[in-house]
Amino acid sequence: MSTIVQFENVGLRYGLDSETLSDVSFSLHGGGFYFLTGASGAGKTSLLKLLYLAQRPSRGVIRLFGEDVVTLPRKRLPGFRRRIGVVFQDFRLVPHLSAYDNIALPLRLAGMEESEVDAPVAEMLGWVGLADRAQARPATLSGGEQQRVAIARAVIGRPEILIADEPTGNVDADMARRLITLFEALNRLGTTIVVATHDLPLIAQVADAQMMRLDKGRLADPTGSLRYPPRGPDAH
Amino acid sequence: MARADRQALAARSRLLPEGRVAGPMPWIIAVMMFLTILAAAAGLALDAGVRAMGSDLAGRATVQIVEADGEARAAASQRVLAALRGTSDVRSAQPVEQARLVEQLRPWLGEEAVDGDLPIPALIDIELRPGDADARIERVRRLLAGISAKARIEPHAAFLLPLAGLLSALGWLAIGLVALMAIATGAVVMLAARGAHDSHKGTIDILHLMGATDVQIARLFQRRIALDAAFGGALGFVVALLVLVTIGGRLAATGSDLLAGVRLPWTSWLLLLALPVGGVLLATLTARLTVLRALGRSL
Repeated sequence: MSTIVQFENVGLRYGLDSETLSDVSFSLHGGGFYFLTGASGAGKTSLLKLLYLAQRPSRGVIRLFGEDVVTLPRKRLPGFRRRIGVVFQDFRLVPHLSAYDNIALPLRLAGMEESEVDAPVAEMLGWVGLADRAQARPATLSGGEQQRVAIARAVIGRPEILIADEPTGNVDADMARRLITLFEALNRLGTTIVVATHDLPLIAQVADAQMMRLDKGRLADPTGSLRYPPRGPDAH
Repeated sequence: MARADRQALAARSRLLPEGRVAGPMPWIIAVMMFLTILAAAAGLALDAGVRAMGSDLAGRATVQIVEADGEARAAASQRVLAALRGTSDVRSAQPVEQARLVEQLRPWLGEEAVDGDLPIPALIDIELRPGDADARIERVRRLLAGISAKARIEPHAAFLLPLAGLLSALGWLAIGLVALMAIATGAVVMLAARGAHDSHKGTIDILHLMGATDVQIARLFQRRIALDAAFGGALGFVVALLVLVTIGGRLAATGSDLLAGVRLPWTSWLLLLALPVGGVLLATLTARLTVLRALGRSL
């Protein structure tokens, strides 16, 4: 499998504070399924921000799809971002857009013809069980429904990497199982999955997943090759 | 526009919240455009007036024969008239009747102007042939000097030179006002675009992370601001048009030859019509550049 993400001695500092992430080095292979764990404040969301190009590191090298994205001109970032799907912890749905339009967003931004947008969006709405809520605004959706819209939006463009930050935080156990089943299905189609979570039962559901664990901004397993269940006293 | 294109446009325009013609910007642009049209119309009308006055007066002059002795004045007047009618620089020469002069002087000089005791210069109105008026005046001046030392020529343009200068200065002032209005409009749009950018930062961040380019995002703002500017520009233009038509009617009602020269030719109306269009283009370009600049500061 080819390496599609590579972090080398990456550090991230916000302002003059101490480093949120220090000396983070790992590689992700195309088609892999990765869990990122760690206590609250360990730096999971910061690491994901670097991964989905919402932030540049203070130091180190990040290679995405074989290119150094730290020094990449910002006008080339959209092309990389379109290859990444993100499920944000707080969903980040566009509040004035309907569920339908939120899900259609990546397709429209990619320049897809309007006539070609309807079928995949309708399919995705049906798949996340929100076909009858297509025109609902996010404010009228429950937390779980919003999360499903966010997931549908993240996967509709068939991204090469899907990044999910605590995707099961607002859904019941049944929905969590369905989400993981979805992620596995996408993974089988070749999408690299990165899920930040501290939901150990969730991790246990994916047999072939690898796990990275962050502890106070440092990667506890720099090789990134830990498999579930992790061994040792640090295991969550 | 095809249905699919309309759908695509509608879908894209939904990416930012609705709210066109909301907030003060369209109304500020309407006021700006109203003042700009009035200033431009004033400048164009004054320019037309100065041109009309110039072309009307440049070819006219009055020859005076200032001679106290009536008989000598009449003889000199005849010689001068004949010489003027014989030169190629003068299209026509027409003596001003003594009776008319007396009538014109009566309000200032009283009955003494009538009884003949007061010597009144003989006047000959001349119209020069088209061409370099100054050179023709100079040749006529030399011609008159050869005929009579008492004859002198007064170009009409010289009388109204200060007025023409004033009108010209007012015209330049109007151009300056239009330029200032354009700058102010640009500044208003810049502030509005910055405000809109800041208030929609959350949505912009999401669009960026979904892979939107700066140009795609800037296009959303420039479309909204273009619509606002079009509304404000059209409103300001229509109101200014009503004012101009009303003022034009009032000017015509005065019956003054001088004020009648202050009018707008059709080319000026075309220029005025171009101002709202230019305003929309200016607003659109300013919005685009402002938003692109703001977006350039983010990742």
